Amino acid sequence: MTEARSFRFACEMVVKTARLMVGVPDYETYVEHRRVNHPDLPVMTYTEFFRERQEARYAVGKGRFRGCC
Amino acid sequence: MTLQAKLTWAAVAVIGAISFAIVALARGEPVNAAWLVVASVCIYVIAYRFYGLFVANSALGIDPTRQTPAYRRNDGLDYVPTNRYVLFGHHFAAIAGAGPLVGPVLAAQMGYLPGTLWILAGVVFAGAVQDMTVLFLSTRRDGRSLGDMVRAEMGPVAGSVASLGVLLICVIVLAVLALVVVKALMGSPWGAFTVFCTIPIALIMGVYARFIRPGRIGEMSVIGAVLLALALVFGRTVSEDPALAPYFNLSGPTLALAIIGYGFVASVLPVWLLLAPRDYLSTFLKIGTIVLLAIGIVIVHPDLQMPAVTRFIDGSGPVWAGSLFPFLFITIACGSVSGWHSLIASGTTPKMIENERQIPFIGYGAMLMESFVAIMAMIGASVLHPGIYFAMNSGAGAIGTTVDSAAQAISSWGFVVTPDVLTQIAHDVGETSILSRTGGAPTLAVGMASILSSFLGGRALMGLWYHFIILFEALFILTTVDAGTRVLRFMIQDFVGAVVPAFKETQSWANNLIGSALACLLWGYILYQGVIDPYGGIWTLWPLFGAANQMLAAIALTLCTVVLFKMKRERFAWVTIVPTAWLVVTTVTAGLEKVFSPDAAVGFVAHAWKFSDALSQGKVLAPAKDLATMSRVVFNDYVDAALAALFVCVVLATLVYAVIDVRKALGNSKSTAVEIGGAAMAGGGS
Repeated sequence: MTEARSFRFACEMVVKTARLMVGVPDYETYVEHRRVNHPDLPVMTYTEFFRERQEARYAVGKGRFRGCC
Repeated sequence: MTLQAKLTWAAVAVIGAISFAIVALARGEPVNAAWLVVASVCIYVIAYRFYGLFVANSALGIDPTRQTPAYRRNDGLDYVPTNRYVLFGHHFAAIAGAGPLVGPVLAAQMGYLPGTLWILAGVVFAGAVQDMTVLFLSTRRDGRSLGDMVRAEMGPVAGSVASLGVLLICVIVLAVLALVVVKALMGSPWGAFTVFCTIPIALIMGVYARFIRPGRIGEMSVIGAVLLALALVFGRTVSEDPALAPYFNLSGPTLALAIIGYGFVASVLPVWLLLAPRDYLSTFLKIGTIVLLAIGIVIVHPDLQMPAVTRFIDGSGPVWAGSLFPFLFITIACGSVSGWHSLIASGTTPKMIENERQIPFIGYGAMLMESFVAIMAMIGASVLHPGIYFAMNSGAGAIGTTVDSAAQAISSWGFVVTPDVLTQIAHDVGETSILSRTGGAPTLAVGMASILSSFLGGRALMGLWYHFIILFEALFILTTVDAGTRVLRFMIQDFVGAVVPAFKETQSWANNLIGSALACLLWGYILYQGVIDPYGGIWTLWPLFGAANQMLAAIALTLCTVVLFKMKRERFAWVTIVPTAWLVVTTVTAGLEKVFSPDAAVGFVAHAWKFSDALSQGKVLAPAKDLATMSRVVFNDYVDAALAALFVCVVLATLVYAVIDVRKALGNSKSTAVEIGGAAMAGGGS
């Protein structure tokens, strides 16, 4: 049981890492953050969240640079 | 430390020392790559535990009780407290790129030992210290960028100088990376076809993740990977089809123009359509390939064919000009220290760190891993027969254009090789010729193909592996071209906008079109001159790229030094002063030699004079073929000389400001660093 659980946890971590590598942070964390800190404000759906993050990753002018080496 | 821990560390040190001695002292007999891997890993582990943690704890004084921006400004989007392993992956993926793969391959012309020594020493004392310190500084400043931090700590003029440095490095980086792609794809229908296919594949992925299944990154990446594999396999059919092959059998100038056009179009399209999906694909492919290479090297553990040291340490090498000092330290940029990383370390990573305690793991650790990638690239280049290595990396001016002339020239350098060997290896990897495929990527591809095919697929699959590696490098270089053109456009708008305010409006289509066109013109010009350069481009341009990158590292480390003084930690400032001094000495020496050296092989001006003298007498000097080429060479020499001189000026100007700031800080009895947060704002962490 614990082994299965730690395997699941490891998989989750790999998926989170892969997503963050391309600039998409954890959606659950975002929803939780909004629920706790801004319960009165609207929460983006996953689609909106994804699009917002995608735009933000490549938005120039915020000191963002993408790797070369 | 417990006795057990002490014994373990002693064992690591002994194993490392033995492996290193075998690598460093072997003469005559080929050394197995496994020794190099073991020696490097031991050095990394010891360096992290005993130097990295020392710098973090004692010199920087990281404070585990201090609130990080991830908590202070938590918004669930940019500022998110993130698990350190996840963040390590993110940071590593952002810093890893073409640099550590290409630099060591080029450095192998002096043998594997000089380059390896600099990769290891450089990363421990310079590169990883830079990455970690900039990450630390930015974490204490809400994740502000390098340029902002220079402005805040060293004043607006120093800030502008640093920004100019970043602008220059962007132009050179884009030109040189695009040149690597051109050199890998010219006259290679298989390669050109697969790389071309990445465009429609990215479009399909983009539409899929935007409209069909929004945000399904995993699904779109699998679709992309499958289509990419099909393109790779089908590429061979195309290259063997007499009707289709000519369409993809492109010359250097055609490819250069195509890439410039691509850069322009891609940088004005919406990001979700082309840039983002390409980026996803190239990021995953990059990580996957690095893991695959590591597995391949461990399983196959090939012998290194390249001698430990070659005769070219005197500076007469055909791959790039210049002697060991300073040019080796310019050539291997990213595997040991890379100024580019200071931009990443002050980008998204500091906004997600949970605790300052994790800064050494992410900053120092990820850079050690990057250095290991450079060691793998060095192995990839060194497992090749030196004759093949020099045939691929020397320009036509040095080895001619036929296998016979190449074999003769290379054998005369002491690396005996027959024309048959050169023909056979080209045939094995599915190309018509491997001569003068400069730029490092093809060499690495042949080296890696020979390693990977010896445990997966044998000789039959060598062509597939070769084109897989070419595809992987071209894919992320083209992603960089697209993203870099956008960054460059923004910087141009910022600079020009200071004079013409209307040009700053980044939402305007006209501005974006003009800005992108200007950006492409800047790097495109240098790319094109590199492609038609009779010396093969890399020979001329790589030292400029290396100098630019090391210059930026020097600026970043200067900032780190200034801030250490301002924090009243001057007792430990040597941890950044030593690498700063070394980088300033190497970049300034290299820059000055590039401008003033009387040796026409090294100095741009001397070379220009040599050619203009000949021109005035109506003579044509090899490798130019006509007078028009001659006058172009002269003009480009002056452009390159001006760029090199500009780099030197940027470094020296930053240094002057640093000295002024350090003196000011010494005269002040309190910390004057401009930090955000700290004890006054602590508490209330979520």
